[in-house]
Amino acid sequence: MTYLAKRLLTFPLVMLGVSILVFVAIRMVPGDAITAMLGTEAGLLTPAQRQALAAYFGIDQPILVQYGHWLLGVFKGDLGISVIHGKPVLGIILERFPLTLELALLSMMIAILVGLPAGIFAATRTEKLSDLGVRIIAMIGQSTPNFVTGLLLIYALSAGFGILPTMGEFTPLTVDPLKNLGQMILPAITLGFAFAASVARISRSAMLDVLSEDYVRTARSRGAPKRWVIWRHALPNALIPVVTISGVEFGYLLGGAVLVEQIFALPGLGRLVLEAILQRDYALVQGCVLFIAFNFMVVNLLVDLAYVALDPRIRLGEGS
Amino acid sequence: MISPLLSVSNLHVGFGRDLVKTEIVKGVSFDLSAGETLAIVGESGSGKSVTALSINRLVDFGGGRITAGSIMLSRADGTTVDIATAKEPVLEKIRGGEIGMIFQEPMTSLNPVLSIGRQIAESFRLHRGLTGRQAEAAAKDALDRVRIPDAARRLKYTPNQLSGGMLQRVMIASALACNPRLLIADEPTTALDVTVQAQIMALLAELKRETGMGMIFITHDIGLVAGSADKVMVMQAGEAVEQGPLDDILDRPQHAYTKHLLSAVPHFQSGRAARADFARQQKQMAALKVEGLTVRFPVSGSIFSRSPGSVHAVENIGFDLMPGETLAIVGESGSGKSTTARAILGLVKPIRGDFSTPGTNAATRTDPGVQMVFQNPYASLNPRLRIDSILAEPVIAAGEPVTAKTRERMAMLLKRVGLPEDSLERYPHQFSGGQRQRLCIARALMLNPKILVLDEAVSALDVSVQARVLELLIDLQKEYGLAYLFVSHDMAVVERIAHRIAVVYAGQIVEIGDAASVLSNPQHSYTKRLISAVPTIDRRQQHFEIDTRQIPSLVRPAGYEPPQADWRGFGGDHRARVEA
Repeated sequence: MTYLAKRLLTFPLVMLGVSILVFVAIRMVPGDAITAMLGTEAGLLTPAQRQALAAYFGIDQPILVQYGHWLLGVFKGDLGISVIHGKPVLGIILERFPLTLELALLSMMIAILVGLPAGIFAATRTEKLSDLGVRIIAMIGQSTPNFVTGLLLIYALSAGFGILPTMGEFTPLTVDPLKNLGQMILPAITLGFAFAASVARISRSAMLDVLSEDYVRTARSRGAPKRWVIWRHALPNALIPVVTISGVEFGYLLGGAVLVEQIFALPGLGRLVLEAILQRDYALVQGCVLFIAFNFMVVNLLVDLAYVALDPRIRLGEGS
Repeated sequence: MISPLLSVSNLHVGFGRDLVKTEIVKGVSFDLSAGETLAIVGESGSGKSVTALSINRLVDFGGGRITAGSIMLSRADGTTVDIATAKEPVLEKIRGGEIGMIFQEPMTSLNPVLSIGRQIAESFRLHRGLTGRQAEAAAKDALDRVRIPDAARRLKYTPNQLSGGMLQRVMIASALACNPRLLIADEPTTALDVTVQAQIMALLAELKRETGMGMIFITHDIGLVAGSADKVMVMQAGEAVEQGPLDDILDRPQHAYTKHLLSAVPHFQSGRAARADFARQQKQMAALKVEGLTVRFPVSGSIFSRSPGSVHAVENIGFDLMPGETLAIVGESGSGKSTTARAILGLVKPIRGDFSTPGTNAATRTDPGVQMVFQNPYASLNPRLRIDSILAEPVIAAGEPVTAKTRERMAMLLKRVGLPEDSLERYPHQFSGGQRQRLCIARALMLNPKILVLDEAVSALDVSVQARVLELLIDLQKEYGLAYLFVSHDMAVVERIAHRIAVVYAGQIVEIGDAASVLSNPQHSYTKRLISAVPTIDRRQQHFEIDTRQIPSLVRPAGYEPPQADWRGFGGDHRARVEA
């Protein structure tokens, strides 16, 4: 348990580093909230007006002072006020996050349910047509940009079957689960396809490695049939790299999927960040990045804990 | 006539796409009766393992196919089945149920993520249909049978929590779980220490007596054969060149290859084969003098707790080594023999103690006059470097320019170690294991050293190659007056090359002295145990005692200092530590 404590201690340190980076980086980009809002007309402002606006946005002070103010707020649980939304940043994020989380979970479900069996299937039929098929599809899945997949899906459904995907105002899961799933299923498939492709590839190669291990031969020498060998001996060992990949991809998805959210008109975290950056909504960008970094660390921690559950040789906190 | 348990005739096995071209087993035939042990002896590539894997058709999973011949097994129900043509469902019944198998590497042959209990219980689930509690109870009985103490608790262990010897017992327990009529043991003790090997062999012999099963025992160690087999089959290049009863093969070999195996291969002869070509002179300067060498590795604690102590890997070791002399350091894995060698090369830092060579650089504690040859010639040559670059490395490392003279020396040394001169333009993969080790020796000699540290330098080589490399080492020693520090676990090899022997146990020298004297008249209880465990062709059908003693832990609490040792002399320079 000291391991867990140590890991949790690193959380604030990493987040402090991340926040400093974002704070500085976003202010190094030319332009500020005023030009973002007024465009070329910002040039028409008198210095006094500009000064007043800067004070309103809180960007008139030295960067260190700004950072100090912001950090103090963070400790009180206040991530600041979004300029474009005029609401507390934390509230906006928490409003958007359930959608992103749901989308990420659905995609991962698809990836595990489709990708893992496909990878195992291919590994047990190496160099046969079915293996080749899985590998080609996986290659396509990994190399097709997800906006292409998304658009093709919409096109196929509307042109091919005459069904239009449910668009319009987003309905949260808690309000109407069926309608919500109807809206979420296509984007989830879009993201899940690429996700499943990498899971399939990694599980195929991990499975192949494991199947040539001595202990698999031992299991066969005991008379274990093929299925038994695969499910009881090979899979628990092959899962370790699959968990790694899934963790990383899931972590990314928690940061939002900008293009897919855009195509399917979903108000997720990805679009929120994009808008915030374009509008120079400093508080919102900082809040989002901090939130995403936190999620990523939580996912990483869960992945590490999964290793321990999967492999008794791994003892966390020793050595490294 | 009673039909034998197993009857193999004209077995052919091929691999890959072209089954004829890549034929590994070329027409092998033999019979085995219940209660009999057949030893299949041969060097790597002789087809002995493929033959073994064909008998339960595991060879199918490695890309092999039986192309001709039959493998008739008489089953428990009295029927006979031809394994060569049997279908997979039948084979699944036979494997584990009627033919058990144990493998060379117990460390990799057990699933690392499953408890050993589950892996043993698996046989009962598969063949007896046991589940849950019943399967667990059966697994516990199986562990008891292989004399693992505290079996109930150990069932929950995963393989990483057990030693190699223990794991091999677990393997045996799982292979014998369903009382197979035939056990195939593929080099079951090659990866284990010699005293552990003796225990495993004893266990197998005892279990064989208990159950009356037949056994096929594959090995490259003909000494081990003498202690356990009834019949021997010698294989070379996929063919059985000779087979017959044990005594016939060992005492009256007919085939040239069998004779070669028996004569060229180092066999342990209890000191009778020790070298007598060196005598220490009075007042000679030692090439290497080691005093009180101590190496400890701290056991890492967590940041919240203090380090619980340290591993006392090497404790107060001292010896001297004369020019032209070989001192062998023998001991089992974990005894600290390799750490001693590494400390002398400056590869690990001793916490105390001193060693000096005539050319030691006081600042760096290194000496270009001390060079090393490592165990694995496949891993110790960079595959991307040409041989001339590899041989130039020690020169460059010593800060000397590579000149025409250097190249001259390369060519001379290559010739000296018995490699063709055009080797300089080749890459390591173009050489065999024995040739690679010759390259490593040539590399070690580039700087004209006084001392060579040979860490298990012939252990990775095939037995007949071992003999030739040992001969080369002896010749080079005489020619250049080299002092050898020869680290090895293999007593037969040590007997051939050592003038003096230091026996290391749990980080300390327990006995040291003249090779012939130590080997023929061991004094310390550990040396006695070690030497009695070495298989020899003199001891036939030997009954080993089962001994479950474990090597003591070397972890000591912080600040622990071992008590001063008392020594007793046994004539000449033969001394042994007095035991409490």
